[in-house]
Amino acid sequence: MTPSDTPWRASSKTRAGTFVAILAVAVILIGLVLPGFASRRLIQDLFYILTMLTLAQIWNLLAGYGGLVSVGQQAFVGIGAYALFGAVILGGMDPMLAILLGGVAGLVLAVPMAFFAFRLHGAYFAIGTWVIAEVTRLLVAQWKALGGGTGTSLPRAATSDMIGVAQVAELFDVRTAAARDILAYWIALILAVAVIAGIYGLLRSRMGLALIAVRDNPEAAKSVGVDVRWLKWAVFLIASVATGVTGALIFLQTARISPDAAFAITDWTAYVIFIVVIGGIGTIEGPILGVLVFFLLRNSLADYGSWYLLTLGLIAILAMIFAPKGLWGLISARSGLHLFPIRRRLTGPLPERGEG
Amino acid sequence: MLLQTNSLDAGYGRFRALFGIDIEVAAGECIAIIGANGAGKSTLMRSISGVLPNAPGMILHNGEPIGALSAAAILKRGIAMVPEGRKLFPSLSVEENLLIGGQKRRGSGAWSLQTIYDLFPILREKRALPGTSLSGGQQQMVAIGRALMSNPELLLCDEISLGLAPVVIRDIYAALPRIRETGAAVIVVEQDITQALRVADRVYCLMEGRVTLSGTPDTLTRDAIHDAYFGGHA
Amino acid sequence: MIWLDTIVQGILLGGLYALFATGLSLVFGIMRLVNLAHGDMIVLAAYLILVLVMTLGLSPWIAVLIAAPVMFALGWLLQRVVLNRVLGPDILPPLLVTFGLSIAIQNALLEGFSADSRRIPNPELEGASMALGPINVGVMPMLTFASAIVVIVILNRVIYATPLGRSFRATSDDPVTAGLMGVEPMKVFAVATGLAMVVVTIAALYLGTRANFDPAIGPARLIYAFQAVIIGGLGSLWGTLAGGIIIGVAQTLGAAVNPEWQILSGHIAFLVVLLIRPRGLFPRAYD
Ligand SMILES: Nc1ncnc2c1ncn2[C@@H]1O[C@H](COP(=O)(O)OP(=O)(O)OP(=O)(O)O)[C@@H](O)[C@H]1O
Ligand SMILES: [Mg+2]
Repeated sequence: MTPSDTPWRASSKTRAGTFVAILAVAVILIGLVLPGFASRRLIQDLFYILTMLTLAQIWNLLAGYGGLVSVGQQAFVGIGAYALFGAVILGGMDPMLAILLGGVAGLVLAVPMAFFAFRLHGAYFAIGTWVIAEVTRLLVAQWKALGGGTGTSLPRAATSDMIGVAQVAELFDVRTAAARDILAYWIALILAVAVIAGIYGLLRSRMGLALIAVRDNPEAAKSVGVDVRWLKWAVFLIASVATGVTGALIFLQTARISPDAAFAITDWTAYVIFIVVIGGIGTIEGPILGVLVFFLLRNSLADYGSWYLLTLGLIAILAMIFAPKGLWGLISARSGLHLFPIRRRLTGPLPERGEG
Repeated sequence: MLLQTNSLDAGYGRFRALFGIDIEVAAGECIAIIGANGAGKSTLMRSISGVLPNAPGMILHNGEPIGALSAAAILKRGIAMVPEGRKLFPSLSVEENLLIGGQKRRGSGAWSLQTIYDLFPILREKRALPGTSLSGGQQQMVAIGRALMSNPELLLCDEISLGLAPVVIRDIYAALPRIRETGAAVIVVEQDITQALRVADRVYCLMEGRVTLSGTPDTLTRDAIHDAYFGGHA
Repeated sequence: MIWLDTIVQGILLGGLYALFATGLSLVFGIMRLVNLAHGDMIVLAAYLILVLVMTLGLSPWIAVLIAAPVMFALGWLLQRVVLNRVLGPDILPPLLVTFGLSIAIQNALLEGFSADSRRIPNPELEGASMALGPINVGVMPMLTFASAIVVIVILNRVIYATPLGRSFRATSDDPVTAGLMGVEPMKVFAVATGLAMVVVTIAALYLGTRANFDPAIGPARLIYAFQAVIIGGLGSLWGTLAGGIIIGVAQTLGAAVNPEWQILSGHIAFLVVLLIRPRGLFPRAYD
């Protein structure tokens, strides 16, 4: 080998990455104009897929990168949703603006939750978050102004006069209810894109690299001075805000809330975990693939009730045993494909080696 | 041959620590393995004792392939190990540490709680204490006793003098002849070359995962050992 | 007097929670595994007892003797076939596998038995009570509490005075070195999970005879069990009993003030203990 003048560069660019960037922009643009020709049913399905994808990406950030296996994410969905209902029903706030309040509520709950749960490690952390979610649910069920244990609905007037509804109704020539769905779908699309872009950006930042270093080798990371505690707090708070916003949005769209629905561990944590596990934990691609598989399974098995959930449970077990990196892990191991390259590789005069 | 390795390779994940090791141990023999830090001595002991899995034929016991057997299966065949760093069980008392070593005894042999206590009388006094509350030397005695409790025909000792004062080392090595009297073969891994040459019938020297020298103590010159240890003419 | 009564009821309820928790504590102590399907296993065992009682016309006390070995075998198989494959330094795989198992068991039970709530018939002792000094206590709660104590005494003897228990402790300390002693960690784990399932069966007997149950109540039992274990300190079975009692008393006191506060008070007691004694009341010296 002769030495070369070409300088070594650390880069996380791959050709696939550039392609994906272009594809992503195209998908977002199509997504934005879709309501012009899609059925209301499809818009509702897409809303569900996008919000589940957002929750899955957030959980993946926590568990797959941060080592924080929370099974209490329903607490943030619920508190975000209740914050929105409270602000709209009791404070007369516009629901659109109240969505942001969901993030604030998530943050406010995250501080005490982290304070308690961070005293527990590993599996006990998981159940600790669950206990706090239960406590939150039980406390919210005491909130009589919002219907206590039975819950309540958003007043019709509030949702139909919401910012943007009239304009969307006019633009697509649809009724208010459909306009609301379109609006919610757009926000879900923006939220999903923002969360994925945000997580991707975070992972490529210094903080993200530290996070991955801690995940892959906690002792070594500690010894080079990564402050693990601070990192975990930061990730937990970020995730809680994003989950709170998503929760507020989900229940704005349904317009009806109850503690059991808003704090449902199955809907907001179990499904989310399946999506991540089946798609591939610890990658951004995994949850995207996972949510599609999840949705297809749901549509084809939904009529079978408990068989559907039984199947999901068994698939998750099999996936963990035989394909612990999920479908995306299988695909990228075969093809070497990385759509969201995070690990930096050295590019320089020598032919590239495979990634470590 | 009691034990034989056949171009034994071993490592950790992608990292290779041993390259084509060939050693032999006859029944009743005492072998010393010497080598610098990181030479691969412990890796060799872990391979023989079944902690690290290998290809079956790389290790033969009485001519039979044992390379792929589990540690438990290898113990049952009569190969016991005193691991590097003693590794007593903190939740077990001294006596329980000994008893667990004898849980899978092979028939009736020379060793029992009584004979171990006779070999290391101090342990009898301390038998009810947690194993890890003893001094380093006493812990080493427990670790040796624990391995003997299975009545092995081959005893692997990984750095039993590590971190101990010379008097204590002398006490521990004083047990070696008594162990050999029972007919057991012994492999001692030693950093202390003088000690190794004194007790062993034959010596192997490892460097960077390869055998660089072997022979009986009287045939090995200081220079030859120095070269085998540190790699040529440093 | 009413307060004394409430507290005694709470203590006895704590016995039930300790039974829920003992299996969890045992398994965690030996292999650092938290089985998120633990509560669902209790419910599964309750249905097993129910089926034996209904189809064979057995008394529940006999049915539990048949159910226990079945559950032992189930636990043993679960460990050998599934859990042993995912144990390791990474805690995520076992958590996710047992989470999947929890969902699978709940829905399998739902499919097999519907969502209706059921109860194991126990005509002789249902509602029976006896005088304990100035207050009256139910015979079943007393039996539950006594069973919890007996189970803990027996398990402690197994752990601290038998070769099996020695293997448990050694494997828990250091599985690799235990292997060098001829202990096969994977087999030890399977036996431990089997034993935990025997305790689960006993817990299920009381769960199912004292109150109604349905396929969905497992997760809540897991939470109580978990709280009892944490309050008591990991690895101490008597601590687990103390933890169960604290949760039980907090719940009955809360319910005495306002029935809606029963569960909430238990959770709050847990959080308070976590705040002042993060490692529980009786932590192990080393871990
Ligand atoms: N668990 C492990 N994982 C990865 N590499 C290891 C591991 N244990 C040992 N090694 C590496 O294998 C090589 C041989 O190590 P080994 O412990 O066998 O050496 P040794 O001769 O026993 O040294 P010492 O005298 O310090 O005990 C070393 O390079 C070491 O870094
Ligand atoms: Mg060594």
